[in-house]
Amino acid sequence: MANVWVFVEEGDDGPSTLGQELLAKARVLGDVTALYLGSGDDSAFATLGEHGASTVVHIECGDRLASGPVAAALADKAGADSPDLILFGQAYNDRDVAGRLAARLGVGVLSNASDVTLSEGGVETSHEVFGGSQIATAEMTTGPFIVLIRPKSFVAEATGGGAPSVSTLELPDVGASEARVTGSHAEDREGPQLGDAAVIVSGGRGLGSAEAYELVENLAKPLDAATGATRAIVDAGWVPYAKQVGQTGKTVKPDVYIACGISGAMQHLVGMKDSGTIVAINKDPDAPIFSIADLGVVGDVHQVLPKLAEALADR
Amino acid sequence: MKVVVCVKQIPDPATPYKIEEGTNWLVRPEDQILDDTDRYGVEMGLQLAQASEGTVTLVSMGPAGNAQGVRQALAMGADKAVLVDDEGLRGSDALTTARVLAAAISKEGYDLVIAGTESTDGYAGVVPQMLAELLDVPALTYATSVETGDGSVTINRQTVDGYDTVEASLPALVSVTAGVVEPRYPTFKGIMDAKKKPVDNLSLDDLGVEAGPAQTVVAITDAPERAAGQKIEDEGEAHLAIVALLEDRKVI
Repeated sequence: MANVWVFVEEGDDGPSTLGQELLAKARVLGDVTALYLGSGDDSAFATLGEHGASTVVHIECGDRLASGPVAAALADKAGADSPDLILFGQAYNDRDVAGRLAARLGVGVLSNASDVTLSEGGVETSHEVFGGSQIATAEMTTGPFIVLIRPKSFVAEATGGGAPSVSTLELPDVGASEARVTGSHAEDREGPQLGDAAVIVSGGRGLGSAEAYELVENLAKPLDAATGATRAIVDAGWVPYAKQVGQTGKTVKPDVYIACGISGAMQHLVGMKDSGTIVAINKDPDAPIFSIADLGVVGDVHQVLPKLAEALADR
Repeated sequence: MKVVVCVKQIPDPATPYKIEEGTNWLVRPEDQILDDTDRYGVEMGLQLAQASEGTVTLVSMGPAGNAQGVRQALAMGADKAVLVDDEGLRGSDALTTARVLAAAISKEGYDLVIAGTESTDGYAGVVPQMLAELLDVPALTYATSVETGDGSVTINRQTVDGYDTVEASLPALVSVTAGVVEPRYPTFKGIMDAKKKPVDNLSLDDLGVEAGPAQTVVAITDAPERAAGQKIEDEGEAHLAIVALLEDRKVI
């Protein structure tokens, strides 16, 4: 049976959703060890067990930046335990630890995968490319195989596994590579979040100005929707990075996604094309977004959005 | 302070990408542009170097072509560029890229290395971290702001719900998000000066690095297509069609 490690970070309430998604895949590939980064308690460890981990390696960093010491410790552990596959999510700390670990072990990384299978002496991964219009299949034969999986690739589900055995990872001194976290700042998280809202209203450059993002917010209110944005308007400084949906932002799968003034750049499509129902409003009839929209409205967002918000508010 | 900024030349994302048959590698034309996300790192480097009367060296790996993408960054104000181009590097993965960059950067010497968080064409998103490990320096990643002090660097690091403040001693590597600073546009003088700035071309032999693709793309196939639905022209009443659809989907 394959020895599969899964990097799971602590979320708001125990193991993160992304970590649980990875565990759902890992448990069909082999015997699962969860590498759990966070404060950790019995309830968190029990949840990891219920999601398929037979073993938990608890990692606590305090005020140390995780990547240096965690990668160093995992490289030593990998030398001793010989994992076949190490799964990470496509997320901040995951990328940091995976990158440093791979460089230490002298192995490659398969990044942005949407699926993974183990074969005799190798690993095969699927990657959505060109805005998700095509699927690339990649292969690696020198292990341990380090694979980074995009969020929402698998469905998190507890299957009722028993309590795992838990050990603590000793973190070494990493000398010149050490960094300290000296402060932490959480932004206001009012209202529905992109990760779990049933409806998302997103805005793009077609809004014309930063002020016009208000049209998106006004539509989101009566729908109890989360608000998102394209990379173009995040780079332009209209809205914070936390709202970015797409290749380099968040991957979302709401029941309904309403794209306002979004042309449909590949970078954006890959982050939202698996939404249940897609509504697009754009004045360019040839905008690529219309090719995946269930309902496309060729029109001016400045006209359509206020009327729509009003009609919903009246209900 | 000696600042090195990693930059990448990529095919213009506005033109359709082509894939080479057999290898499944991206076809890289003679004309490539500076990856738009690298402009933020170049600007950050210029500002930090300016404040410390330092220098900015660009380091880039990949088919050089006519090097106009690197010239774009030189035109912003960087002092020189090192370009590593070698037939043996075709199809390289993130680890080989990091090894090549690490060798070139060590040769140049540095106090601070700046990179983008991921490239627009490959977007593996792990090269800066690998590079930091190979250089044995801290990787201060996803920076939304960067400050250097006496032998140290402090960043605000993007997190899921805000940011952390992270601090380390120099030398260090910082990866910057778009929006960390507002990149300048090259001036006419900058563009003219860039033509005379030194660009060193290095091969794998020059660096003593062995390349080899650790991974292969074995196939590229069409994804199942999502069928387009109804498209209507707004003549003042289109919002009613959206209301009807939202009702049908039971979200209102």
